[in-house]
Amino acid sequence: MGNHSHNHNFSELFKFSGKPRVWCLVAILIGIISVGYGFFTGDMERTFANLLLMAYYITCVCAAGLFFLAIQYVAQAGWSAGLVRIPQAFARVLPVASVILIAVCAGGLYTHELYHHWHAEGLTDPNSPHYDAVIAGKASFLNMPFFLTRLVVFLGVYSIFSFVLTKFSANEDMEGGLNSYRKSITWSAVFLVIFGFTTPIWAFDTIMSLEAHWFSTMFGWYNFAAMWVSGLCAITLTVILLKKSGHLPWINESHLHDLGKFIFAFSIFWTYVWFAQFLLIYYANIPEETVYFYKRWEPEYLPWFWVNIVINFICPILILMTRDAKRRMNTLMYVCILLLCGHWLDYYMMIMPGTVAEHRGFGIIEIGTALGFAGLFVFLMLSQLSKKALVPIHHPFLEESLHHQI
Amino acid sequence: MSNTKYILGHFEDPDDLMHGIEQLQANDISIYDVFTPMPIHGIEAKLGIKRSRLPIAAFCFGITGTITAFLMIFYMLVLDWPIDIGGKPAFAFPDFIPVMFELTVLFCSFGMVGTFFFANHLFPGRAPRVMDLSATDDRFIIAIDAKKNPHLDKIDHLLKTAGAVEVKYNERKYVSYE
Repeated sequence: MGNHSHNHNFSELFKFSGKPRVWCLVAILIGIISVGYGFFTGDMERTFANLLLMAYYITCVCAAGLFFLAIQYVAQAGWSAGLVRIPQAFARVLPVASVILIAVCAGGLYTHELYHHWHAEGLTDPNSPHYDAVIAGKASFLNMPFFLTRLVVFLGVYSIFSFVLTKFSANEDMEGGLNSYRKSITWSAVFLVIFGFTTPIWAFDTIMSLEAHWFSTMFGWYNFAAMWVSGLCAITLTVILLKKSGHLPWINESHLHDLGKFIFAFSIFWTYVWFAQFLLIYYANIPEETVYFYKRWEPEYLPWFWVNIVINFICPILILMTRDAKRRMNTLMYVCILLLCGHWLDYYMMIMPGTVAEHRGFGIIEIGTALGFAGLFVFLMLSQLSKKALVPIHHPFLEESLHHQI
Repeated sequence: MSNTKYILGHFEDPDDLMHGIEQLQANDISIYDVFTPMPIHGIEAKLGIKRSRLPIAAFCFGITGTITAFLMIFYMLVLDWPIDIGGKPAFAFPDFIPVMFELTVLFCSFGMVGTFFFANHLFPGRAPRVMDLSATDDRFIIAIDAKKNPHLDKIDHLLKTAGAVEVKYNERKYVSYE
């Protein structure tokens, strides 16, 4: 409405120091000790499975931040201009998270602790006693060099885009004008096409190939939905916690409402894809497909199979259904924490039956690894966040975001 | 002037309109309604309009669809004509879910369209109720019930000082009964 009146201090920088920094470092230390404990006590496969889970989880959250950023640029969205620095910080962590994920995958392959269903001696040799015709048929795709090449190329390309898009935003801060914004739109559009085609393959590789005999074409979208929901929850939680600590005063309840709607909608989307995969397998009832749910229906996993659906579908749909719930900061915060835990369980249910199976556990290794990676992610993300102003000061839609009202 | 039913203040600028609303409210003149050619943020709060109950209607329509679908399939596939499909039991609940989901969406969307038509008196063959046609084009209009607010001169003055380009005195509520 034409009035450019606000009294926010946009030059204020976020300082990453004091308690949050100490807690992050403590969490990282706990993580290192837990992984060390896991290797020391001989639970090699279980430790590797947990490393893969958390490395994949934080890489997904970072990639979701980049995806969020790209969507905002392509849609030329105004509402999010006041909070895009948070997904930008996520995107800046993507290269580090990618390196960790690649290292875990390579380590798992090298030690034969992960992916041994398709990467082992003699699986593709017809004269070997270990010969497996199904794996031999997939060997031209599922072999170590090609697997690692794909992973490096995909994550490398995402990392380049995260670097470029955040660079444009930094240039915009210095120069102003629409130049950076226009370039961001083009690069984001290209990124979304690449990302859309490659994330399913990324999920097939890192997670689905743990059970290499089984396959599901829905698996890529299922993983994408999990990635997107957990990324949105992480973004929202960061926004809320920053706001609670006195930053981001320009974020009002309408911004939270929009983020809440995103979380609500994509929790339902996650359920939709989860169920689409389940129903097709249930209905067709082909043994080579049902084996996936058969394993998860064993007494070892059955309670968690249901808990997964309760946390990730029933809780968000019931808690976040009303408008007021999405606008109340504390309600939204608890739902975000719940869903972040819920999607840890979701990844746990994807990874563990195909690796440790009935030797699964929930103890020092699981909790410690999760804490360690969460601490590492928060540490890196907040370090990146403290490098730039919390608001892209020359963002063309910033004024719209400050007056955002729905 | 005594036949005047509604006073319509025409504005060309939404800021003037908001200013006009403030002026009228400061003088205890009740506003019947406001018509604008585009959405204006914050106007509902300013006019004190209650939250729409449409979400509640949507939920009721949706849950009706879910229950209808369940009962329909349950009657067809379990009670009336059980068929052996792939060796599954007749009451194979996962199979029901897609249909229940779709009928929820269908009932919800049709119900919402119906509610919208009902609430706005829009039916096929019926002229829509419009108090002033220019509100669909380029004018921002405040409508005031003249029976409740008899001081026409004062209203006229308030509207014009707030920036109204035109003040109309309508002897009938809607211009488009024809």
